[in-house]
Amino acid sequence: MLRWNSLARAATHARALPCAPRSGAFAALRRQPSHLVGLSAASRSLRGYYTQHEEQSAILPDNVDRQSDGFKENTTRMNALVKDMEDKITTIRQGGGEAARQRHLGRNKMLPRDRVQRLLDNGSPFLELSTFAGYQLYDDIVPSGGIITGIGRVNGTECMIVANDPTVKGGTYYPVTVKKHLRAQEIARENRLPCIYLVDSGGANLPRQADVFPDREHFGRIFYNQATMSAQGIPQIAVVMGSCTAGGAYVPAMADESIIVRKQGTIFLGGPPLVRAATGEVVSAEDLGGADLHCRTSGVTDHYALDDEHALVLARRVVSNLNYTKKPQISVRPAADPLYPASELGGIVGDNLRKTFDVKNVIARLVDGSRFSEFKELYGTSLVTGFAHIHGYPVGIVANNGILFSESALKGAHFIQLCSQRKIPLVFLQNITGFMVGSSAESGGIAKNGAKMVTAVSCARVPKFTVVIGGSFGAGNYGMCGRAYSPRFMWMWPNARISVMGGEQAAGVLAQVKRDAMVKRGEEWSAEEEEAFKAPVRERYEHEGHPYFASARLWDDGIIRPEDTRQTLGLALSAALNAPVESTDFGVFRM
Amino acid sequence: MHAPSGAAVGAKPLFDKILIANRGEIACRVMRTARRLGINTVAVYSEADRDALHVKMADEAYLIGPPPSADSYLRMDRILDVVHRSGAQAVHPGYGFLSENAAFSDLLQQNGVTFIGPPAAAMISMGSKSESKNIMQAASVPVVPGYHGEKQDVEFLKTQADKIGYPVLIKAIKGGGGKGMRIVERPEDFEEMLASSKREGLKSFGDDQVLVEKYLVTPRHVEVQVFADKLGNAVHLHERDCSVQRRHQKILEEAPAPMLSESVRALLGEKAVAAAKAVDYVGAGTVEFIFDNADGKFYFMEMNTRLQVEHPVTEMITGTDLVQWQLEVAAGNPLPLKQEQILANGHAFEARIYAENPTKGFLPDVGPLLHVRSPHIYDPAVIRLETGVRQGDQVSVHYDPMISKLVVHGRDRHEALRLLRRSLQQYQVVGLNTNIDFLKTVIDHPAFIAGDVETGFIQKHDADLFPAPTPAAADVVAQAALAIVLRQQRQTTTAAADPYSPWRSLQHWRPGYERAQRVTLQDGDHGLVHIDVTRQSDGSFGVTVEPAGTDATAVTRFDNVRAEIPMDDAEVVQVDLLDRRLRTSVVLEADTGRLHVFAEKGKRTFQLPAPKYLTAAAGDIAAGSVVAPMPCKISQVMVAPGQTVEKGTPLIVLEAMKMEHVIKAPKAGTVDRIIFGVGELAGEGKLLVAFKPDPEDAAAEKNA
Repeated sequence: MLRWNSLARAATHARALPCAPRSGAFAALRRQPSHLVGLSAASRSLRGYYTQHEEQSAILPDNVDRQSDGFKENTTRMNALVKDMEDKITTIRQGGGEAARQRHLGRNKMLPRDRVQRLLDNGSPFLELSTFAGYQLYDDIVPSGGIITGIGRVNGTECMIVANDPTVKGGTYYPVTVKKHLRAQEIARENRLPCIYLVDSGGANLPRQADVFPDREHFGRIFYNQATMSAQGIPQIAVVMGSCTAGGAYVPAMADESIIVRKQGTIFLGGPPLVRAATGEVVSAEDLGGADLHCRTSGVTDHYALDDEHALVLARRVVSNLNYTKKPQISVRPAADPLYPASELGGIVGDNLRKTFDVKNVIARLVDGSRFSEFKELYGTSLVTGFAHIHGYPVGIVANNGILFSESALKGAHFIQLCSQRKIPLVFLQNITGFMVGSSAESGGIAKNGAKMVTAVSCARVPKFTVVIGGSFGAGNYGMCGRAYSPRFMWMWPNARISVMGGEQAAGVLAQVKRDAMVKRGEEWSAEEEEAFKAPVRERYEHEGHPYFASARLWDDGIIRPEDTRQTLGLALSAALNAPVESTDFGVFRM
Repeated sequence: MHAPSGAAVGAKPLFDKILIANRGEIACRVMRTARRLGINTVAVYSEADRDALHVKMADEAYLIGPPPSADSYLRMDRILDVVHRSGAQAVHPGYGFLSENAAFSDLLQQNGVTFIGPPAAAMISMGSKSESKNIMQAASVPVVPGYHGEKQDVEFLKTQADKIGYPVLIKAIKGGGGKGMRIVERPEDFEEMLASSKREGLKSFGDDQVLVEKYLVTPRHVEVQVFADKLGNAVHLHERDCSVQRRHQKILEEAPAPMLSESVRALLGEKAVAAAKAVDYVGAGTVEFIFDNADGKFYFMEMNTRLQVEHPVTEMITGTDLVQWQLEVAAGNPLPLKQEQILANGHAFEARIYAENPTKGFLPDVGPLLHVRSPHIYDPAVIRLETGVRQGDQVSVHYDPMISKLVVHGRDRHEALRLLRRSLQQYQVVGLNTNIDFLKTVIDHPAFIAGDVETGFIQKHDADLFPAPTPAAADVVAQAALAIVLRQQRQTTTAAADPYSPWRSLQHWRPGYERAQRVTLQDGDHGLVHIDVTRQSDGSFGVTVEPAGTDATAVTRFDNVRAEIPMDDAEVVQVDLLDRRLRTSVVLEADTGRLHVFAEKGKRTFQLPAPKYLTAAAGDIAAGSVVAPMPCKISQVMVAPGQTVEKGTPLIVLEAMKMEHVIKAPKAGTVDRIIFGVGELAGEGKLLVAFKPDPEDAAAEKNA
């Protein structure tokens, strides 16, 4: 883990310290909380005379009052949200429950998360996606949507891993399972990540076939994606660890290379019951489509594994022979921890969207060395833009610090153009109630200026990453690269909310409309009655704007702890750089 | 090593060039002194020793033949040839090999080359046990009372026994391995014991002749270093105690001998010098006595006409360089010191580090020295390490399996013992079994600390020295697992264009949860241990140690464990466990999957369990196939591929540690392949004979 490195470095720098200048001119050093002194490599290394000053000048100050009641309350409330999320993740990671797990283990099979672990390099991080998929979505409990997806390193290559969880309803595909599988493939395609499918699934969930089978973004798209990704040179590897029936048979059959576990994996277009019904032939599953048949006779699979572990080892071997190289087209520099701890993010942000906070305090806890080269610092200040590094990768940051005005939107559009021109990935930190409304704003052309920002965001071809750290409402969501604007990845913090407008505003708007109508009809509306009308609206918005609700439907790629943001972004940036950064052609900017 | 003392006025010049007809640590030892004296050195070596240290140290080196000693280090003709070609003026024989070979000494003399050792006559006299005893008796050196003659009638022998004094030992003359040997405590038992010994002798060796000797209840091996010059001077350099032995070989020696009165020590020295003088001895020699702890009496056993392995302990207490003395004497100079100048100062120990397996009857071991970490030698006058091998070398089947000699010198026995304990604790060897931990156990034994030694020390304290093995402590297991986890981060590579990849720096990271990495180790016969290592958000580790198949009470949990690989030593893991900082070497033998942890209480070796896919692949090896039980040489193959054998049919005869072992078929079956041919060497665990898969087994497998 990161701090691990910095501890080692701290030792080195401690030795260097006596030679380092210690004069009061190094204001940023003094601004560090005392417990952090020595932890930052950047501020401790000996540099050239001018360079030192230059780097110091880019360091964001630490303007957080840790002793304030607000900070303490915010911390407590965010910690409660994080704890609730962690507890839910713990439950979700158990998959289909203890009985199903034991049944699975009793067949000498590895649990799906253990399979993923064994497939990855020792110690590799795993950027798991959409853990909350399917959460409270159906009457059935479908933990993780019945499928585990994420990015991890296999023999040094960053790969997309898609693993069915057979302990969840036999690994059958619910609509959300399909959606999550397709989203993983989309990420793989955009970032050119080799795909490894750990297949152990009963196929489409038959009672829900209408929501699984026929449409464009349904089951068939999985195989379409395999074929077209393979055509693009993105390797497709299937490991058959259980059944692959009917449509599922195409996962290994359409893979570039496939592995099957003996006496465990089966592949057939029609299973024994269907065969018997259709032709009267009585045949065992193993004889119909087991490893021996497919490796020795049919040639459907290429590698014969003795057990789960062996299959995963063979998959790792396949990856080692991909000759897959990563050539990031950006200049990287050594990573450095932020000067201030990420654990303070909760205290800064809290859970009350009506309370404002300075987003620069958030940026200071995400970027390398807390260094931020701000762009147009004094113009359109409700949007903060600037350059920084995360884990050594350059990024352009676009972050809300209030409502978007015309100036902010123009500044945002300008900055996005800059990053696209320079091929620097963009990170959006969303906390936006929307664009400014009112006659003054409209007459100032907020609509066309907002449109410029939306155009810039839409067209920018550099990798885009969105983190919703507060509210994500209305057109602000568009300008700040919401899901519809195809960020490579999008995450929400547990305190975030997403909806067309805030619950309070929505209730207010609806109440206003109703009151206008009643006034027209000459009816009275008491304050109590109005409140009784507004409350369920607020509640509904609160419920449907909640990260659990959003993440369950894959409106994002996961809910993350605020303190995990830097790691999440770092890994995602790295993954995104597997694909070349393309040049951007912008649409017409209405001037 | 000590500084040279000023050469006496009129001293004869030492040699310009000498040949060392030996290998290993003694060859290196001789060369070091020669080098200090400006003498050029010539090494000889066998094919097995091409990369040996002694070859590297020498100024010149000559290959003299294939690995077996008989074809190389014992080939007098080849060595003489090298002497001629190199122009060496003298030959140092070291110990072993040709060091006590009178013919070799003669051969050199005939060729005008000096043999650095005693004259051939002295070697011959002392080489014969019976002759040497006679000479000693004549010189009034005490010998073990006994009757070795041909008269065998009962009454006569009983009279002899009475004369010797009980207890006595009756031994079959042809005897060996304890057969025909009887200890008689009381005169009334003599006749019965004699008859029984004779019966056994006749049965075992076809000869019922016996000898009768005094039986020493608690014998000690005490020896005296003597030195004589060509001018008729002879001195002793005090005694050594070499009682602690296994397989009749010394492993711990010390000087002076503990618990001896000054008068006994003086008498020992006096008698030793008398013994040397009795055979007109020249050079370094050792007079060995058997010393009876019970009555303080000692008896001459034999004289070794060479510089002995354990000579450094004498050097340590007397401040001498005995190799230099040998060179002076060989050059015709007088002994550097007179008797009264030779004082015993302090106490010295020598521990012999052997490649061997103490728990398997001290059977020698062979193999590569994959990892060697020697004790820290901060002052060579206090700690010496004599060795002829270094990390990367092999201990081969061809030669003595001694790895090194660790010699320490303290102001008294306790200090020396402390130094020895500390140095042994620092000594690490991986690649083969050693006696290091056993030596530590011996020197920690109260009896040894008290100086209460005897030749039967190891047998007598067997229970203490070989305690029942216990499962590895949880902290040791935790350190092993942490070493594995930390090293894997070091091994994680990144693309050249992506050097700071978070995929490397964020080891184990998961979004919103912690994922333990499970490490499983086989702890010898104690079964598997699972260790779950989690990375905590502050960078420390959580470690859970769970012996497989145990309940929750056996689980140990460590939290907030800080661990790192220190910058200065990649083989060490530094772990803050509870309130202790531990720095522990952890060494993985990649090809065997053995993981060695040099913990506070000695080395613990774990095995990384081989996964099923590996074991199954290695074998499609059918049941019945046999592997080498130890490193060995194939001396006979008794079956051929395709042959059907019954259970118990001899398959192969192999030679290991100078003994033959017959490998028999563990079950009936058909031989598929013979892996090694006669004369080939096979490592431990290597497949020797493969059987054809039994169709019944295959069927059982298929239905499994």
